[in-house]
Amino acid sequence: MASEMTGILRLYRRQDAVFRAVTFLSAAIVVVVLAGMIVFLVHGALPALAAMGPSFFWTSDWDTVEDVYGALAPITGTLITATIAMVIGIPVSFGIAMFLTEICPVFLRRPIGTAIELLAGIPSVVFGIWGLFYLTPVLQEYVQPALIDTLGPLPIIGALFQGPPFGIGILDGGIVLAIMVLPYITSITRDVFMTVPPLLRESAYGMGCTTTEVVTKIVIPYCRVGLIGGVMLGLGRALGETMAVTFVIGNTYQISASLLAPGTTISAAIANEFNEAFEEQHLSALIALGLVLFLITFAVLALAKWMLLAIDKREGRR
Amino acid sequence: MAGETLTARPRVHTKPADTESAEVKVSVRDLHFYYDKFQALKNVNLDLEDRRVTAFVGPSGCGKSTLLRVFNRIYGLYPRQRAEGSVMIGGRNILDRDQDLNALRAMVGMVFQKPTPFPMTIYENIAFGIRLYQSLPKSELDDRVEHALKRAALWVEVKDKLRQSGLSLSGGQQQRLCIARTIATEPAVVLLDEPASALDPISTAKVEELISELRSDYCIAIVTHNMQQAARSSDYTAFMYLGELVEFGATEKIFTNPRDKRTADYITGRFG
Repeated sequence: MASEMTGILRLYRRQDAVFRAVTFLSAAIVVVVLAGMIVFLVHGALPALAAMGPSFFWTSDWDTVEDVYGALAPITGTLITATIAMVIGIPVSFGIAMFLTEICPVFLRRPIGTAIELLAGIPSVVFGIWGLFYLTPVLQEYVQPALIDTLGPLPIIGALFQGPPFGIGILDGGIVLAIMVLPYITSITRDVFMTVPPLLRESAYGMGCTTTEVVTKIVIPYCRVGLIGGVMLGLGRALGETMAVTFVIGNTYQISASLLAPGTTISAAIANEFNEAFEEQHLSALIALGLVLFLITFAVLALAKWMLLAIDKREGRR
Repeated sequence: MAGETLTARPRVHTKPADTESAEVKVSVRDLHFYYDKFQALKNVNLDLEDRRVTAFVGPSGCGKSTLLRVFNRIYGLYPRQRAEGSVMIGGRNILDRDQDLNALRAMVGMVFQKPTPFPMTIYENIAFGIRLYQSLPKSELDDRVEHALKRAALWVEVKDKLRQSGLSLSGGQQQRLCIARTIATEPAVVLLDEPASALDPISTAKVEELISELRSDYCIAIVTHNMQQAARSSDYTAFMYLGELVEFGATEKIFTNPRDKRTADYITGRFG
């Protein structure tokens, strides 16, 4: 009897050991893959970075004939298109999520929610085609001329809306990105809003709060960690999105103050040039661009973490 | 009126300190309540008096929490819940379609089963509610916050950490913070929906003590599953069963000499 018991226990112990090993292995794979990527990026980028020095990061000449590579144009293009995507995408996403959780009549919840999930399921190449053949002409013919006429003459922000309305360009890319990140941010923020305990919501309404006050003073602060997470996911997608942006960005290595001008982004540049990069320096410069993109997304994540810490500190939670 | 016999208010008050009859703050007449097709309250009639604690007891699902949720119309947050009849508070039927809900909830405060501190500092938790209705200079606001916290017997414990999150407090402290928050806006009626059900015995004792403290200023309605709590802290007790108000009277009478057999069975623990 006793020996039977110890036999079972030994079996359990062995099962547990196997289980622990398997989970540890899964965790280890992540670290190994990440380390491998970093090694690959740094190793591949070294020749170009060594040749160009720090000027790789702040010059904008990208000349494959002369073997001169300055990454400033794709870097600024990436940052600006992502910013446009966030400026448009965050308010709209939050608006949809708030409407769905706080205001929407029950019978409308399902269809709107489904529409958002379907939007997330559209492949990025389809967004690219749609952007090029539908959105771009509309922008070129109606939106951009209107922007040039109304905002163009204004001081300071007028500089953002100068030049001829090409249609394609930074603004076009930013808008397509905004639409692409919309379903991501929306579905995360909606899920996060749903985590607010009904009692907390009731006590806020019970204090006599209006819906606006409940959302802005209670729901959003309660959810801020999740909201920042959702925004960061969307931002990550906007920074790295390749296909759709390549269609509409214009793919020129130029930096312009105007949002209407064509430009390029890091991922669009890599996608465009990789299959014709035969020179070692050229290939290395493209990998260096990849490294920069990796660093940018890393910085974004770090910033998000720091923001959360700062908020916690201000709230007195430490 | 149907149910007249059930709602006849007791003539004799149990506590010697309050001999004169108190003002009626909440007057419920012919109240029916429905969750979609399910009728959760059937023809409820009763009066809640000012400066008295009225306890609502009864088995789960008897409608006592539902009744409380009618008084501040919080049920309106959910579709397909509706009330019929009349509930007079401050001279008007609050079930009227054109009743201003924010004004009603300023008049009728509620504390819930679980502590629900808002995601902000302890100070802001109190100041938030006051600011909804009044804009006060900083010094006056500080005084109001301090007063509310003192009133809720929490001041000594939190006065040195007003800038910390309300969530950093213990469960019992959080619940007292919620009570402080509720009374800070000076409501006429305070509803407590099982305020101690999630608390340990010591915190429960503190909350009960607080309730009897607040009794001198407010009309208090408390839902509880705890018979001792009802017996200890209330002036009147209402026993509800399957959506009906079975018996309503002075707490002492309900607990020592109930008229209805179901009440007797419930309070002696024979069912429920």
